[in-house]
Amino acid sequence: MNSATDNRDVKQAAGVAEAAHEANVIARILAGERELFHELIRPYERGLYLAAYAIVQHEADAEDITQEAVIKAYKALKSFRGDARFGTWLMAITLNEARNRWRKTKGDQLDFLSDCEESTGDYTPSVLADWRYIPSEELERKELRKALREAIAKLSPAYREVLILRDVRGMSISETAEATGVSEGLVKVRLFRARLSMQKLLAPQLAPKQRGFMGWLTRKAGGQ
Amino acid sequence: MTLDCKHVWAQVSEYIDGTVTAEMKKDIERHLSGCRYCSAVFDSTRNILVLVGDERTFELPVGFGERLHGHLRTWMNSADSGA
Repeated sequence: MNSATDNRDVKQAAGVAEAAHEANVIARILAGERELFHELIRPYERGLYLAAYAIVQHEADAEDITQEAVIKAYKALKSFRGDARFGTWLMAITLNEARNRWRKTKGDQLDFLSDCEESTGDYTPSVLADWRYIPSEELERKELRKALREAIAKLSPAYREVLILRDVRGMSISETAEATGVSEGLVKVRLFRARLSMQKLLAPQLAPKQRGFMGWLTRKAGGQ
Repeated sequence: MTLDCKHVWAQVSEYIDGTVTAEMKKDIERHLSGCRYCSAVFDSTRNILVLVGDERTFELPVGFGERLHGHLRTWMNSADSGA
């Protein structure tokens, strides 16, 4: 057995244990220990907010959506069958709320996916001669965080959704498919397009040859 | 199989996820070892995704957790009292 298989097995075992623990907590909540619902949702609340924000791109709305989704989940807890993981089920409720809010804001005539699947788009990367690795410590600089967030904001909502679920929340392809209500194949297509679009938008800005952004980082690091 | 750059780009997402076949992985890596442009595409994509996935990139609004649980508690209490 190789290390990748080992890691998968360990992750799977941890997932099974977590699901069993959550099933036990849910049974206790339904039996009257309702305060436990706060603990049940705590590991997911950041992800729910980010997923809602990915769609509506508005802080107050994303917070409101998260609150509404959590209450909906509490009300529907009896109907949770455990076919999906609790976190995936909760995420699906949140995405549904966020999509509805997005449609209301944009007008019913706009389809959530219309600017996505129907357009062929240009999904070629930005070709560079070389790339200098940007360590995560650089995220202490708000300009880099801002550049990343602005690039995500430029993607279609359906692409932002899969990017946040998969690359920020670390959900698997199958969990992402379950939460978004589309096939795994479509998740992969959207993810490919989202990732390549991110590279295309950001790489020219962050590449070493383009001194603008990195030049700023260097000057800042040098205290100039 | 010899892959050209466009075929290699088409695999970047699945390669990052580790879901390409062993044969495809070998073909991609053979191409990357001789193509600095595609290496830069793969490295930059992977690097950008690591940065996107870092907790510091997206911050929650200050007091988000308190407001969420406060709202939930208020709703639970009002539901209990039959309001």
